[in-house]
Formats: sequence, C-alpha cells, structure tokens
Amino acid sequence: MALKYALYPGCAAKGATPELFQSTMAVIGRLGIEVTELTASSCCGAGVVGEADPDGALALSARTFAQAERLGLDIMTICGTCQGVMGGANRKLKSDPALLTRVNRLLQSEGLTYRGTIQVKHLLWIVVREVGLEKLKDEVQVTLGDLKIAPFYGCYILRPSGDLGFDDPEHPNSLDKVIRAVGAEPVDYGGKIKCCGFPIILEKEDIALAMNGANLKEAKDGGADAMVTPCPLCHMSLDIYQERAGRKVGANLNLPVLHLPQMLGLAMGVPAEDLGLQRHLVPVDSIVRAVEERKMERGKEKSRS
Amino acid sequence: MRLAFTIQRYNPELDAAPHDETYRLDVTRGMTVLDALLRIKNELDGRLTFRYSCRSAICGSCSMTINGGEKLACRTSVRKEWERHGGITVGPLRNLPVLKDLSVDMGSFWGKVRAVEPWLRDDTRPPDAVPSASRVSRFHNVDACIMCGACVATCTVHEVDKRFLGPAALAKAYRFVADARESGQARTARLASLQGPTGMWDCTRCNFCVEVCPKDVQPMEAIIRLRRESIEAGYDETGGARHVVGFRDLVARFGRLNEVLMPLKVIGLSLRKFLHVLPLGLRMLLKGKVPNPLHSSMDGPERVRALLEQDRR
Repeated sequence: MALKYALYPGCAAKGATPELFQSTMAVIGRLGIEVTELTASSCCGAGVVGEADPDGALALSARTFAQAERLGLDIMTICGTCQGVMGGANRKLKSDPALLTRVNRLLQSEGLTYRGTIQVKHLLWIVVREVGLEKLKDEVQVTLGDLKIAPFYGCYILRPSGDLGFDDPEHPNSLDKVIRAVGAEPVDYGGKIKCCGFPIILEKEDIALAMNGANLKEAKDGGADAMVTPCPLCHMSLDIYQERAGRKVGANLNLPVLHLPQMLGLAMGVPAEDLGLQRHLVPVDSIVRAVEERKMERGKEKSRS
Repeated sequence: MRLAFTIQRYNPELDAAPHDETYRLDVTRGMTVLDALLRIKNELDGRLTFRYSCRSAICGSCSMTINGGEKLACRTSVRKEWERHGGITVGPLRNLPVLKDLSVDMGSFWGKVRAVEPWLRDDTRPPDAVPSASRVSRFHNVDACIMCGACVATCTVHEVDKRFLGPAALAKAYRFVADARESGQARTARLASLQGPTGMWDCTRCNFCVEVCPKDVQPMEAIIRLRRESIEAGYDETGGARHVVGFRDLVARFGRLNEVLMPLKVIGLSLRKFLHVLPLGLRMLLKGKVPNPLHSSMDGPERVRALLEQDRR
C-alpha cells in the first residue's frame, strides 16, 4: 500500500534549487510514496519572517497545515529548514489552544481552520521510518560501494530536538543509515551537525564562509568523495558558495554536494539528467562517472552469468 | 558495573598538545559525571583538574563537553550517557582557552557579559520599583541563566569569530532591553550599541545554544527578540535588519521567497556589494538556478499578502 502525503515543496525547491524538486519526484514513486503537491502553499517563513512577525509566521505554517488537513494527509517536507520551522510551529499550535484560536482567526478570511490533527515529516524521516531501509535497499540498482559520502544534516532538522524528536541531536544517524543503505560509506566528522552559515551569508559573508569552509574541509580531509544534505539552504551554501568558502579556509575543496533524493536516485539507477545534477555549481561528474562505471560492471557481470 | 571514562588531559606548561586518558571505575546507582570525576581524582589520579562547587546545577561551574555536547557534569547521569552513546568521553568547554585539563579560561566570557552592562542604567523609577508580572514575563527565561558558558562554547559563530558577543551576553542584554524600569533613552542606547559587527546580527540561528542550555534560557530566542525590538525601534539599515524586513516583504508580495530579489533587498543601493554578488548570480543563471523575479511559484500569492497584512494591523 502506498504511503500518501501532502507534499510541501517550500521556496528553494521551486526557486534556486529546482533540482531538489525534480529529483524528489524522480525517486519517491519507487519508494512507494504518493504525493499531492500543495500548490497553494506559501513560504514557511524560514525562521526569518518570525523575527519580525511571530504570529504572521505561525499563520503561514497553520495555513499550510489546514490545506493538508483538508486533504486528510500528513505533510512531507523536502527541506530541513521547512521541517524545523513547521515542526516547531505545529508543536506550538497543538500545545496551546489559545494560540491556535488566535492564529485561526487570521485564517478565517480564507475559510481555513487548522484543527491540529496533522504531522509534518521530512523525506529523510519517511525513508528511514516509514518506507524502511530494507525497502530502500531493494530499490538500489547500483550500489555506491567504496564511495565515501559525508552527511551534512543542517541545523533545523536536528535542533531544538524538543521540537523535532527524530534524531539524537548530538549523534544523529538517520542520514548515515541511508548512506549505508545505498552501499556507500558515511564519513564521520564533527561538522556534520554544525551550521552551514547560510542564514547570514548575504550580510556577514566572512563569518558564514568560515563556518561553511571549515565543515567542507573537515569532510574532505575525512576522505569524502561527496557530501549529501537534506536541506536545500545548506545546499546553496555548500555548493554555490563552495569556491569562496575554499578560498576563505585556504583549501581546494571541489567536493560535489548532493541533495538527499539525488543520492537515492543515483543508487536507483535514475539518469543523472533526471536528477538535475547538471544544475550544480560544483561539478558532480566524478560521482556520476563512478556510478556509470559500476552500472557497466554490473551489466558485464549479468551477461557473464 | 565497571565503565571506562575517556578524559581529555592537557597541562599547557608540560604538554605539547591535549591527549586522552582512560580511567576505569565501578559506577554506582545514580552516579553523575561529576561524582565519577571526583572519584577518579580521589582514587586514581590526583592531578586531574576541573571546576565544581554546588553539585546541584546552580553555580554553573562544572560545565564541560560530555560525549560531544556541553553539559553540567553535576546533573549528567553516567548511566543515561552510557545508554545514549555507548561510552563516556569528557573534555573541556570548546572554543575557550584551556587552563588545565577540564578547566577553561572564562575571561572572555565575563568580559562580554560586562560589555553589555548588565545592570539598570539611567534608572528613572524609584529604587524600590518592582516590575509588574506582565513585564517580568517579557524577560523570557533569561533570569534563569547561571553563566555556565555552555552556550558560548557551542556557538557556531563564536567558533569562527571569537569577537562575537555570543548568546549569553546578548541574552543578558535583552533582559535589560525588556526591563520597563529603564528609560526609553537608555533602551535605545542599548539597542544601538549592539547593531555593529560582533553584535546581535551575527547569530545564524543554528539553535545550538537552545539545545545545550541547562536552564532553558533559550538565548537564541532572546537574540531574535533583540532583533525585533531593534527593527521596531527604527534600526532597520543593517544588513541583518534589511534581510528580515526584505524577506517578510517578499513573502507578502510573492507568497514564497524569491531568491533573486532577496540579495538585492539586503544589498540596497550599494554598487560595491552588487558587484560582489553578481558573479555568483550569473553562474546560477547559467545553471538554471535563477527563478523568474516577476512570477510567484505558488497559486494565489495575494492570499498570503492579505494574511500578513491582516496580522500587521
């Protein structure tokens, strides 16, 4: 039986990281996930709208929850930041009836009400807990064996853990487990739970690049062939700003950074162009080549047997 | 049960670099990491150095890095750590100079707390005036701070820029900004002093401080409130404030964030800054990563504008 969700795309997957949306749609069917896209959903506020306008930011999330509730579906997010912000908003709204009433008043003009019945789950969590790693392993066509992949979790999918409650915030392992399930080896490094610097990259680039560069360099020094992240904002920082971050920390990084569904797609044998890999600023050729070589080896083995 | 404790040792006068030493200890029911450290010091190695005082999570002296996270040794259960991590490693607070073993130099921490002048300045009310209950709640949880330094040690910005005032001092500053006993003038001066480099706009909202705080102070929430108070007080020209206001305005206009227009909102009319982001923008354009700046990717963005405008009224 298919797992059904209301897909909340968020801004980045419909904007500067369209490859995230493309690769998500290319892989979820194979994992038995069916989605209805919330095409009339807004930005979650990304924690930024809430800095100026806390109730307005909660109303943005509540409005999306009400849309999913109408469909009778839980929400699937594909962005770590959306997950953190909306997970936190959902906890607040569910635990504070007065707040829920106040926020619902803002939704009235659109005829929406949130009753507090849905859950918000990131694709990563759904893959680990609901699809299951065994099912994922069944779908792996090309094992990414002997590739070392560095997980980069991103802040919002881990902290504050009281709002999220999935991974251990000190030693998370969900993404590590997914890397193992596709046959690759996760790189263990301290930076995997740290901050990519993206929220201040426009106004405090020096600080953000120092953070970003340190994490990338640590992964690279740990032997990483690639990095994978469940957050497109981290991806923008790690990919788009990687060259500048490398200059900042005095390292030639050149580390391909994959979105979570791109890594799944490569292992499932989905063609690189269907995963939008050509859209990255740091070339992903080395990884695509390694996967192609394995596909050919596998083909040869098959014809021999 | 006998457990191994791996403890980082470092005596700057003798050692070239920090190194780990492992001690084995029979642990008893209800034992805390501080109990274990005291046993190790008393029974196995008298040279082991660490700070502690109250043993009941009030004084904030025994904060250290336990299994990768900043914790008070006196309220961290050995058994729970073992169950959670399968081992126990102990080190000093990170990103502060180590004096010896688990003791760090807290000088920079106290200097930053002092720098925000954590006392009532320009007190215009009579000395016995007590803030009303509704006003006290505006302090958020900041009065619960025990100055243990865990938030600063874990702060990802402080890690790369030691000048950053950091979560504890900024939270303390917010406590006084929110104190009704200070005059409007003193409040404005406080906000003004925190607008520059190393101040409130350096925080990335990584949530580490919220995660590690043993007293649920939520320093990041206090920093967010400082930012909100600043924007409301008219300090809206810093890059950080332009980011927040510009982000809100873009979401109100398009329903979703437009990543082409966001940098322009932060940059404003600065040609130098524009030329700095332009090369990345062009590379993104060539890779098909630049969304249409005139079009919203959602259905019915005008409903989001109505929602946010209604809330602002």
